[in-house]
Amino acid sequence: MPNFIMSYLDSKDAMSPGAAGSQFWALMYVLIIFAGVSVAVICMNWIERKVLAHFQVRLGPMRVGPHGLLQPIADAVKLMIKEDIIPAEADQFVFWVAPLIGLLAAFTVYTVIPFGPSQAVSDMNIGILFMLGVSSLGVLGIVVAGWASNSHYPLIGALRSSAQMVSYEVAMGLAVVSAILMTSLNASGTGTLSMIGIVQAQQQQGVWFLFKFFPLGLIAFAIFAIAMVAEVNRAPFDLAEAESELTAGFHTEYSGLRWSLFMLAEYAAMIAVSSIAVTLWLGGWMRPFLHLLHGPVWEFFFSLFPGLTFGGLAAIAFIGTARMPAHSFFKVQRIGLGVFAALLGFTALLLLVIAVAGRSADGSVAARLNEGIGYVYWFLFKVAVFMYLFIWYRATWPRYRFDQLMRVGWKVLLPISLGVLILTAIVGVIAS
Amino acid sequence: MNPAINSALNSGMAPVATPWFFYALAGLAVASGMAVITRRNAVHSALALIVTLLSVAGLYLMLYAPFVAGVQIIVYAGGIMVLFLFVIMLVNLDRSSKERQFNRMWPVGLAAACALLALFTSVIVKGKALFPDRMVPLAEGSNTQEIAKALYGDAGRMGEYTFAFEIASLLLLVAILGAVIMTKKKI
Repeated sequence: MPNFIMSYLDSKDAMSPGAAGSQFWALMYVLIIFAGVSVAVICMNWIERKVLAHFQVRLGPMRVGPHGLLQPIADAVKLMIKEDIIPAEADQFVFWVAPLIGLLAAFTVYTVIPFGPSQAVSDMNIGILFMLGVSSLGVLGIVVAGWASNSHYPLIGALRSSAQMVSYEVAMGLAVVSAILMTSLNASGTGTLSMIGIVQAQQQQGVWFLFKFFPLGLIAFAIFAIAMVAEVNRAPFDLAEAESELTAGFHTEYSGLRWSLFMLAEYAAMIAVSSIAVTLWLGGWMRPFLHLLHGPVWEFFFSLFPGLTFGGLAAIAFIGTARMPAHSFFKVQRIGLGVFAALLGFTALLLLVIAVAGRSADGSVAARLNEGIGYVYWFLFKVAVFMYLFIWYRATWPRYRFDQLMRVGWKVLLPISLGVLILTAIVGVIAS
Repeated sequence: MNPAINSALNSGMAPVATPWFFYALAGLAVASGMAVITRRNAVHSALALIVTLLSVAGLYLMLYAPFVAGVQIIVYAGGIMVLFLFVIMLVNLDRSSKERQFNRMWPVGLAAACALLALFTSVIVKGKALFPDRMVPLAEGSNTQEIAKALYGDAGRMGEYTFAFEIASLLLLVAILGAVIMTKKKI
């Protein structure tokens, strides 16, 4: 085994490849995250259509594959072979570069997302600042796309989007600052901006910042949770692409692959902002009740969750296979779903075996693997809850009017977040 | 490279500040800066300005000032440039692209540029006597904390720049209030 691979794996003190200076593993992590996010976006596409459909008492995609499981792949193929139209009056270069700006901004932030204490590409000293800064560059892609289309609806969509993002960034930033203030409540009195450092601060203080200084942490989190929906242009804040008013808003003139890049960027940005919320307020990679229920038995109990999750998915898939109509038309689908269920079941079995083999924290390979899987699982679990909430919001709430949107941003969220920030500082000084 | 910095780098910090990065970022900053003033289309100019700002942020990173780099991206590239674009998009670009791009003040500009060039040349020639020979870079891992200590003080002590910082923030507050009042018809 080449030295540059093993030198990172052998080091017993866990650190991210960026911190360890291992370029090979940093590249590996980048590739894993890139592939993972792309797959997650494809899954999210299917889940969103299915869940939205069930909210509205429809079936959703049912034709391509069992329960429409292959629909995202069919969509992707369709988008790739579709004609790529650039309007004659459009600004060619800017039109071409706009989706790439959004995509780059959405994917760059993943370098600092802490999936675990060492499961991140790099740990920057300015982690949260970097995330907010780079994700705020994403709006440039939208604005520039709307302008370059040289058409009315995209331009209005772009204007709405830039006004909206600039407004909600303020409240969002203040909510983030009140969480960062909480990281300084330790012996040395210095806080941190590093994403890993923020989760470690929660670990040391033994509480998620959501419950810190109740209800201050909760209010700050609520403000962030509202502002982040506005930040990624999702319903009920999707005025930039309001289909009933602006056709499709800023991406009206886009088609085919370019349009799908916008979608990819939007969903990647959704996962990224959810990760910020999870890191700052929901304890990042920490499993639930870390400080309440401890001991080897509880550790083992919680380490079973990844395997059980996959086991549950496999069971659902098996039930689906068994309930498939007994007609020769469904033969291929039945085999396909059966194989899918078997794959899920195999993954579940593998995870359970790792959980059992690594239950003693003795630093063996199985134990370290078990630990790492636990971190990544709980982080992704919390992010997945947010992703479901995004769909739930979309199915539940009607779209805001633009003046209402501005009023909520400037007259409600901003004063509350300022108040929470001041109160957090006062309570923090009294508490220390 | 300066031997003092070299030894500081070897003791724990990974050397990211290779000359190659500097030349790439500086070249990008200069090239996009030229594009800002030579493009006829104002939106193209704004986009080039964003590239300039981002490459300057990269230069800050190379100087072991990650906090300044992050703030540069948030405030300039993410905030101010979005507002710039917001305004430029509403301007009738067809008319402005037909107007003359440079005015008749170019001799003044040339004189100013020559003066700046002379200043830079003198710094390069006599720089060793003017500036401290070595500057041990702050640890990258505590950069933000060091800035906070300089601005707000440490352990009950007032920081070196606390007073100046507070005065500056008061000035900005006055400016914000002024902007709000000027847009209101009735207070």
